[in-house]
Amino acid sequence: MSPRAACRLEQFGFAEVYDFVHGKSFWLGSGLPTEGPDASSPRVGAAADLEVPVCTLGATVATARQRIADADGWDQCIVTDDDGIVAGRLRASALDAPDETLVDDVMEPGPTTVRPDFDLDELRDRMQDRNVASTLVTEPSGRLVGVYRRSS
Amino acid sequence: MTTSIDLPQLQALIDRGVTLIEVLPEAEYEAEHLPGSINIPLKQLTPASVEQIDRSQPVVVYCWDAL
Repeated sequence: MSPRAACRLEQFGFAEVYDFVHGKSFWLGSGLPTEGPDASSPRVGAAADLEVPVCTLGATVATARQRIADADGWDQCIVTDDDGIVAGRLRASALDAPDETLVDDVMEPGPTTVRPDFDLDELRDRMQDRNVASTLVTEPSGRLVGVYRRSS
Repeated sequence: MTTSIDLPQLQALIDRGVTLIEVLPEAEYEAEHLPGSINIPLKQLTPASVEQIDRSQPVVVYCWDAL
């Protein structure tokens, strides 16, 4: 919608028009203040861990183990493509594979994700109901933002 | 030609002084919106609806997300 709105404003003669392409969802997910009756709702993006172990497709399990060891306090590694788009997740059980095993072959493909603007209380309730310890947070494009852990 | 901006660029423009327009439907704006923004739903974006906007200031439009 906003690109069309920007185009129309230029047609109306406005000289300096900008399109904030990521939109309200990104602003909300960044934990920035808003106005309105829903303004006080906490969002997942503001509570997610942003520094998480990551490796790319084509990396080995040995690399993933190292990323986890370097990060301290994690038991999983997120697998992305070269553009940071989430491809899968490696949990502890997959890390027992031989060093040279490709992460592509042992990862859990297409993990469940939520957007940064998702209501935090609702996510916590869902995770508790399903006994889920962590959830990946991604932009609408699928690019990794971070991981929300229920212990956070 | 419209310039696409990211969050840091938006914040810089806000500091400089900008008219911020949310083009989503009114109900979505009313529920929650960026501080200081006004609401002109896209379907209501006409020359008359923007008549009072200061043209000496930059204008930023936004909707829900990039999709």
